[in-house]
Amino acid sequence: MSAPFGRRLCEVAANRTTGGYNVFSLLDREGPEPRPGQFYMLACEHWEGAGGRPFLPRAISVAETGPAARGVRLDFLVEGIGPGTDRLCELAPGDAVWVNGPLGNSFPEPRESNPGAAGAILVGGGIGIAPLALLRRRFSERGVPLRVLLGFRDEAHSGGLELFCGNGGDLCPEVRLASEDGHAGHRGYVTDLLAAMLAGDDAESAVVYSCGPPAMLEAVRGLCAERGVPCELALESPMACGFGACFGCAVPKPEGGYLRLCVDGPVLAGDRVAEVPAHA
Amino acid sequence: MPEFCGISLAHPVINASGTYDAIAARRVYGDALIEDFPFSAFVSKTITPERRTGNAPRRIWETPAGMLNSIGLPNKGLEGFLAEDLPQLAELPVPLIVSVMATGRPEFSRLVEAVGGREEVAAIELNVSCPNVHSGLIVGEQPSETEALLQTLRPLTPKPLIVKLTPNVADPAAVAVAAEEGGADAVSLINTLKGTAIDPKSGEPALAAGHGGLSGPAVRPVALHQLRTVRAAVAIPAIGMGGISTGADAAEFIAAGASLVAVGTENFRDPRAGARVAAELESARPLGAAA
Repeated sequence: MSAPFGRRLCEVAANRTTGGYNVFSLLDREGPEPRPGQFYMLACEHWEGAGGRPFLPRAISVAETGPAARGVRLDFLVEGIGPGTDRLCELAPGDAVWVNGPLGNSFPEPRESNPGAAGAILVGGGIGIAPLALLRRRFSERGVPLRVLLGFRDEAHSGGLELFCGNGGDLCPEVRLASEDGHAGHRGYVTDLLAAMLAGDDAESAVVYSCGPPAMLEAVRGLCAERGVPCELALESPMACGFGACFGCAVPKPEGGYLRLCVDGPVLAGDRVAEVPAHA
Repeated sequence: MPEFCGISLAHPVINASGTYDAIAARRVYGDALIEDFPFSAFVSKTITPERRTGNAPRRIWETPAGMLNSIGLPNKGLEGFLAEDLPQLAELPVPLIVSVMATGRPEFSRLVEAVGGREEVAAIELNVSCPNVHSGLIVGEQPSETEALLQTLRPLTPKPLIVKLTPNVADPAAVAVAAEEGGADAVSLINTLKGTAIDPKSGEPALAAGHGGLSGPAVRPVALHQLRTVRAAVAIPAIGMGGISTGADAAEFIAAGASLVAVGTENFRDPRAGARVAAELESARPLGAAA
């Protein structure tokens, strides 16, 4: 189902802090339920600040969704790193947000990436764990064998873990953690965990799904390429519009030329990307 | 219903070239795009003789009340446009204006003949913010280059020729006069203003190209001034643009002499901005009218 044409105002239902980030919920009465990996262009109703920024809406992946009284609830995990994300982190219940979406493609089924796939390995880093939360739940509900590896720089950049908890409030058993400062799980990179997992005999029957900082994604792509394991990467790129109009979100293709991440992604198979682009 | 160069339009709001990909938008939003098409005419992205992949990223950067872009005119080239894009753009419910650019008069002529010969095309916009490879001069920055280009192209098509004026000149009215004398049917202005942003994290220019074009509400007063200056100098109609976000903004451009207005950067924030601006303009009383 297509996104409704245009932008619409949605009400903020909740906003809470989580490990240095925020999770806020919007009530969307018009749009369809999003698929894992899709994103929305978001801007507060009263957006421009005193300095003329933020000006453009911000592209944010949906982290969770569920039925609401009327329509769907959309949860977004956001880190305040600039004038736009700072404003989104300050949203209060009852505020209104301009919403355009759901936009972009979504994570494919394991068998679409690898006909012999027996399971999925999800690898997330930092704020990039967001789209994997919805993906984990969807795969889990359908009984797809799962491993989830989540990595964090430090405790101040470790929000959103509760999106990976079951009804009892405990972290789901398939989740393993890594932190660079050692405050949780393996001390080191999440890609250390992935490398160990891919060294196993059954790695070839897996598909890796990943979202996180560019250096992490590039490492995931490299590890998967070495082992011949398909990987699906959710990327980020500077984006003004989200619907193919601005041509800002160019990502280089291996064969030359560029993809538009908003309409050709944001999820790209590892072999469709020349190199995971670093971003400011 | 406004009429522009002999083309009847449902309202005076169109899009600025390069700010709306109707083909991609239809894939995203489905046929709702066609049913509620936001513009009264559609201006294509600029077509060049050969395929272009566009500039290396980073291509865009948010600025106060606007943005910088350095996209580099990615397009399929003339043959790809005619074969793949034109049939899809012909399905839009509004007249089609095709923007073209080349770096020499023979190549520009090839574009205008080929595009002008297609019945799906209502008018041609000439993007002259490009160098002439023979003289090395930016055509739209030189009245003599602009007039010579129009004299070459004018006999090639009976369709309206619209010259997109660059604001990056000391005297845009002189270029507009040259376009008129060369046979242009209309002018459109403003294109983006040259600008640079420095990435505070690196201390280097934020865009890979080092500079880009500034658009958005930040440029609106510049656009209004240049529009007034140009309209005082020529008799041909003008399409006004530069930071139009609301019907009230559009009314200012019409008061400054625009026959039509174009929405550009605001499309990125609101995919239906064209229809919204048109409705707001319709319900607004004329500027200066007594309350």
